[in-house]
Amino acid sequence: MTSQVSSPAEQADGETVGSRAAGKEVRKLDRVIIRFAGDSGDGMQLTGDRFTSETASFGNDLSTLPNFPAEIRAPAGTLPGVSSFQLHFADHDILTPGDAPNVLVAMNPAALKANVGDLPRGAEIIVNTDEFAKRAMAKVGYETSPLEDGSLDGYRVHPVPLTTLTVEALKDYGLSRKDAGRSKNMFALGLLSWMYHRPTEGTERFLRTKFAKKPELAEANVAAFRAGWNFGETTEDFAVSYEVAPASQAFPTGTYRNISGNLALSYGLIAASQQADLPLYLGSYPITPASDILHELSKHKNFGVRTFQAEDEIAGIGAALGAAFGGSLAVTTTSGPGVALKSETIGLAVSLELPLLVVDIQRGGPSTGLPTKTEQADLLQAMYGRNGEAPVPVVAPATPADCFDAALDAARIALTYRTPVFLLSDGYLANGSEPWRIPDVDELPDLRTRFATGPNHELADGTEVFWPYKRDPQTLARPWAVPGTPGLEHRIGGIEKQDGTGNISYDPANHDFMVRTRQAKVDGVDVPDLTVDDPGGQARVLVLGWGSTYGPITAATRRVRAAGGHVAQAHLRHLNPFPGNLGEVLKRYDKVVVPEMNLGQLATLLRAKYLVDARSYNQVNGMPFKAEQLADVVKEAIDD
Amino acid sequence: MTETTERAAGVEALSLVPKAEAKQSMKDFKSDQEVRWCPGCGDYAVLAAVQGFMPELGLARENVVFVSGIGCSSRFPYYMNTYGMHSIHGRAPAIATGLASSRRDLSVWVVTGDGDALSIGGNHLIHALRRNVNLKILLFNNRIYGLTKGQYSPTSEVGKITKSTPMGSLDAPFNPVSLAIGAEASFVARTVDSDRKHLTSVLREAAAHPGTALVEIYQNCNIFNDGAFEVLKDKEQAQEAVIRLEHGQPIRFGLPFEQERGGDGLGSKGVVRDPATGDLKVIDVTVEGTDGVLVHDAHAASPTTAFALSRLADADTLHHTPIGVLRSVDRPVYDTLMADQLEAAVEQGGKGDLGALLHGNDTWTVAG
Repeated sequence: MTSQVSSPAEQADGETVGSRAAGKEVRKLDRVIIRFAGDSGDGMQLTGDRFTSETASFGNDLSTLPNFPAEIRAPAGTLPGVSSFQLHFADHDILTPGDAPNVLVAMNPAALKANVGDLPRGAEIIVNTDEFAKRAMAKVGYETSPLEDGSLDGYRVHPVPLTTLTVEALKDYGLSRKDAGRSKNMFALGLLSWMYHRPTEGTERFLRTKFAKKPELAEANVAAFRAGWNFGETTEDFAVSYEVAPASQAFPTGTYRNISGNLALSYGLIAASQQADLPLYLGSYPITPASDILHELSKHKNFGVRTFQAEDEIAGIGAALGAAFGGSLAVTTTSGPGVALKSETIGLAVSLELPLLVVDIQRGGPSTGLPTKTEQADLLQAMYGRNGEAPVPVVAPATPADCFDAALDAARIALTYRTPVFLLSDGYLANGSEPWRIPDVDELPDLRTRFATGPNHELADGTEVFWPYKRDPQTLARPWAVPGTPGLEHRIGGIEKQDGTGNISYDPANHDFMVRTRQAKVDGVDVPDLTVDDPGGQARVLVLGWGSTYGPITAATRRVRAAGGHVAQAHLRHLNPFPGNLGEVLKRYDKVVVPEMNLGQLATLLRAKYLVDARSYNQVNGMPFKAEQLADVVKEAIDD
Repeated sequence: MTETTERAAGVEALSLVPKAEAKQSMKDFKSDQEVRWCPGCGDYAVLAAVQGFMPELGLARENVVFVSGIGCSSRFPYYMNTYGMHSIHGRAPAIATGLASSRRDLSVWVVTGDGDALSIGGNHLIHALRRNVNLKILLFNNRIYGLTKGQYSPTSEVGKITKSTPMGSLDAPFNPVSLAIGAEASFVARTVDSDRKHLTSVLREAAAHPGTALVEIYQNCNIFNDGAFEVLKDKEQAQEAVIRLEHGQPIRFGLPFEQERGGDGLGSKGVVRDPATGDLKVIDVTVEGTDGVLVHDAHAASPTTAFALSRLADADTLHHTPIGVLRSVDRPVYDTLMADQLEAAVEQGGKGDLGALLHGNDTWTVAG
């Protein structure tokens, strides 16, 4: 079994396994990383999505990394306008979209220039030579053609006139040259599908559905796709094709689909609503990279889902809180800047003690920051970004598919404890995708909760009354009494309330008690103990992460262990409260390394709470960690 | 709209709200909380009017919700024995929108003030109005910040001397009625705290209105802006200052044009359209006659005349202040439309099947 991957330990020449038409050689690989790159308008995200679907339906494990500019159409042919999609697929289980591509498809000089630096020597580059005119090259600073000046000598370059070939293939379709040329991404997809033996039926079906209203465009795109495939089959430049076997050993039995984080999160919310038997209400304001959840949920009104696109972030959460008061499973979705605007309402929800999910798809900050890039720098905002003592449970998914389970878990906490809950995803999880074993509906947790139906307190004179702030002794949750319930009429608000009655109270001792009680309620949220992966039990170093760093951290520990190193790994799903055994786990190891895509926010919390010398390793460049980079960090900690 | 269809629409506004089983009285709507406004505050009169009016609606008390923001008037929900939420500054319309659009069996009322609704919460107010959510918004306008002890508000007259404007305020005020009409409001009315009969009649029409109803209530703050509306309350001055609007009636006000002088007994002033500018103006009908005096049409499809009427008031002297229902038109109600879409989705795609949703169309199977 071989790999195209550049890491020396894993690099080998392909094993020849047979031949296809025209006596072409077929090599077997265990994994491949492909990056499609082009102009924002070249359809690279679509191309990547299609290749991903083909790969998923073939049964490989996979992980993807879309990367695109914040501008919808940056000036054509410029570096800021480059959009790319990276896909890592394998015959075994993988955890990241891969550190360095084995294959780059560069649709123009800008795409080449922006991405060539990420390629290991020996990587294959497929370039659209039609776009390498002098002016286009000059635009990105190429004084001489990189295709001719020897600067790409270390790579295997396939110069292909993609536009010309596409236009030629579509000459009978009555399209203008410009329109025909737009299908060049499908030509490229066809070529790559041939190179990697991908199934093609899904893409053809997809194109016919997508262009159902314009069948001539559907057929033209299918023709371009097939022409690309045939080009690979016939041209001498592509002498070798590759097979990556399905990852059937890597997966437990089950039915799988490919899923992105935002889609998994949306499904998790719908599932939570069904399992809680409560209508789902989303109050939201569009913001990258969270808007997809609003789009997705708005498609599922037949599940009783209400989506409300509000006038601003504050109204988005305000409407959600109003719906929570009325007995809905209420959600607001946003990113960091939106959380800042919602802070006051989150504080109100803490005070009202109503269930509410606050979904933060983190992106680069501060301020507008990097809207389309990933970061984990909202952890402290989620923990502390409110006036007063306003504790909120925090849940973070680890992978795209895990967003489904994390949403159910966040809903469980919100409904059980009558509290707002933060769900901290990020841009990488939101847009990245991976295979997901589709759960049986019967396996999903029962989230049903009880509304208050009658009096819950007896006064000294024997009168039965309803006290909106009389708590459940186990959970410290207060009753959820929804309007429409006779006899439970009550008023709640942001002013401090008297314990029990919920009446306005400015009494100092009562305030002290209520502040501590709200904190105790969140501290008492039931979260499972942290599990530690420490196979030999000999490790002295623990790597602890949270959220989307799970993939690269796990890949890194595998590398370290493969090289004979001992390292323990643990990953936090619950950031507030922390698992009960966390302090004990931390003290078990000589060194604790905490990689984060921020400047050390979790490390700060750990140091403050457990007085451990947590070592931060930080990156805030808008991109996920690379496995090799983290492996080096771990090795250093072991050797240190 | 005729009287009949108006009543029919009113039924629709509350048709999904359960009715009380027993006859209610004002007492039923008083909570056990001590009312803590300053003695003499206009809010007492509004509270009494609302508590006195609610039994007339005959709604199940548990299906009535009062939502407020922050400010003196926003303490209102604590005093109503219904469900209630005293929320945060300016956000009550947004919170109420979520409640009303998810629970059509509730009668949702928003209580807000000039600072709450027009300053910090201006955005939510205009968007609630344009959406036409089934909310009744009572905007207590005292032209001052009371709870923060006397700064000028977005409805204060220019040059107002307050703690924050010792040399006089600089900003031009909003006219809440004009603002609401500009924000596509389907129901806009104005009334005065001390005129219980008028206040109740406006509440009655607002409650019956399907969609968002904005009722501006001129309310006296006897501590920080005492007498702000005296000109509208003093019987003599009110003759010239107040234009009482009634649907279907000529817009006349002022001292009666007596029959002995050849008049018709109605006010000696009238509102006519100026043919030169198209704008409205006030004339002396004893001199110019009653021809051309406008008949008030609250249900006119175009908001133009209602807006022009709202502009007759002088922000400083309050002369020519119209009170009553300026505009009341039928427009699709947001929460009804939202519910209709949910129903349509079920009709088109069947009731949601979670298993099928999670499964999707593109799967593969790993066998054991």
